[in-house]
Amino acid sequence: MGVGMHPWGKWGRPFLEYGVAAARAALRDADIAWTDVQYVVGADTIRNGYPGFVAGASYAQALGWTGARIASCYAACASGAQALDIARTRILAGLCDVALVVGADSTPKGFFKPVGGDRPDDPDWLRFRLLGAANPAYFGLYARRRMALYGSTPDDFAAVKVKNARAGSLNPMARYRKPVTAEEVLASPMVADPLRLMDICATSDGGAAVVLASESYARRRGARDLVFLSAVSTVTPTFPNTVLELPNFATDSSAAVPAPERPFRAAIAYAAYEEAGVGPKDLSLAEVYDLSTALELDWMEDIGLCPPGEADKLLRSGETGLGGRVPINPSGGLASFGEAIPAQAIAQLCELTTQLRGRAGPRQVPSPRTALAANQGLFGHGSALITTR
Amino acid sequence: MTHAIEGWFAVDADGVFLLGTRCAACGTVCFPPRRGFCPNPRCEGEDLKLTRLPRRGRVWSYTNACYPPPAPFVAAQPYEPVTLAAVELDGAGIVVLGQVAGLTVDQLDVGMELELTSGPLADGPLVWMWRRAS
Ligand SMILES: [Zn+2]
Repeated sequence: MGVGMHPWGKWGRPFLEYGVAAARAALRDADIAWTDVQYVVGADTIRNGYPGFVAGASYAQALGWTGARIASCYAACASGAQALDIARTRILAGLCDVALVVGADSTPKGFFKPVGGDRPDDPDWLRFRLLGAANPAYFGLYARRRMALYGSTPDDFAAVKVKNARAGSLNPMARYRKPVTAEEVLASPMVADPLRLMDICATSDGGAAVVLASESYARRRGARDLVFLSAVSTVTPTFPNTVLELPNFATDSSAAVPAPERPFRAAIAYAAYEEAGVGPKDLSLAEVYDLSTALELDWMEDIGLCPPGEADKLLRSGETGLGGRVPINPSGGLASFGEAIPAQAIAQLCELTTQLRGRAGPRQVPSPRTALAANQGLFGHGSALITTR
Repeated sequence: MTHAIEGWFAVDADGVFLLGTRCAACGTVCFPPRRGFCPNPRCEGEDLKLTRLPRRGRVWSYTNACYPPPAPFVAAQPYEPVTLAAVELDGAGIVVLGQVAGLTVDQLDVGMELELTSGPLADGPLVWMWRRAS
């Protein structure tokens, strides 16, 4: 019924401010009052202390206690998707008519770090301690693997950034609003070979919220421009997962059981397609998880836009840019927003909804009908959303 | 010499070995070693035997850390980029990530053979590492 965001950036304020601003914007957009909300779900942030761990209650308190039903949930980068899943399922089960889902984050400077202290039983802590493997190291491994398997080049990666920066320059919610050239990307400092600073998404502050409702409630309230959340897939990998995932030291072994037909990332999208009853050919646009430029190319293949190894070609054809057949990351993507972990999947849904309602202004995709958003949370939380109208 | 983590690797006269587990029922291999239940969802095995994993494998992918990684990593002063390789162990169907000793990214290729060694972290304790296969 409604979507809202707080602009992304490095504002240095408490995450609650961003979340509440986004929630109020979503409520205004839905034209309902906070006191109408029957169910509130907060996507948790682990770097913001106790209020972040119980984000649902923190937002509810900040907006004013109303006695609404409530949940808080953490699933790393898939937190927002899982929060949406909980709210949607509760609506579909008939347990409520209208729910508010909120996610927001305030991030420290530089790489994401593990939670502090001496914690040698935590693989996320250990990967830093033993190997120095920050998130970009994993993105670098995927990128180098892609170069070896498919012949992708740093020029291809830079072209993704150029495309997303152009889209982001048209989005008032994005943190980075300046178009960039391939030369600038290729001249930026190397971070995790072969990825450079401008190939890798930054950490950001930001917030996003949506008002979800049953169709009958929305119609009763006279809502127009309805967008349907047709699928939320939050799936685990299938054993054995033979791709090295954050924060692990090793893959599963395929010695005893062969690898599944669909690798994890592809399975995430497939589960959503199956639930929504649509396929890749139906997509008018997609938001995918461009933690790095190279990863966007992987995702294009994983969501089925083209066979493995052909994303570079599809990118170069212009079909995934604004004005192309199926724009990818028309919001500007993480390249333009940066990571605000619990808000990301919700922000993706905001973009899908804005596009499907035809309200995306200069970055509007013409007459979209079906859209997909994909992301992935640490430790095997896959997630994809499909919206239709 | 102190190991940066106990029970994940062993150093003796035969060389450096990663310590994993092998399920007695289905043969699934794990690294790091696992306790309790086999991760194969169709296996009820609970007898996970500690095993020395193959010492050699082929590079699945590689990268480096051009900026000093944040704590709890202790970066050397002056900082030299840490090279990392994910190596597919011979015959174990498993890819293991580790630091690379003595090679930079320019000297690595996907598919290249590496073998296990060990080396010190900047503050002293030993960790497993990959090096050029002899
Ligand atoms: Zn087993």
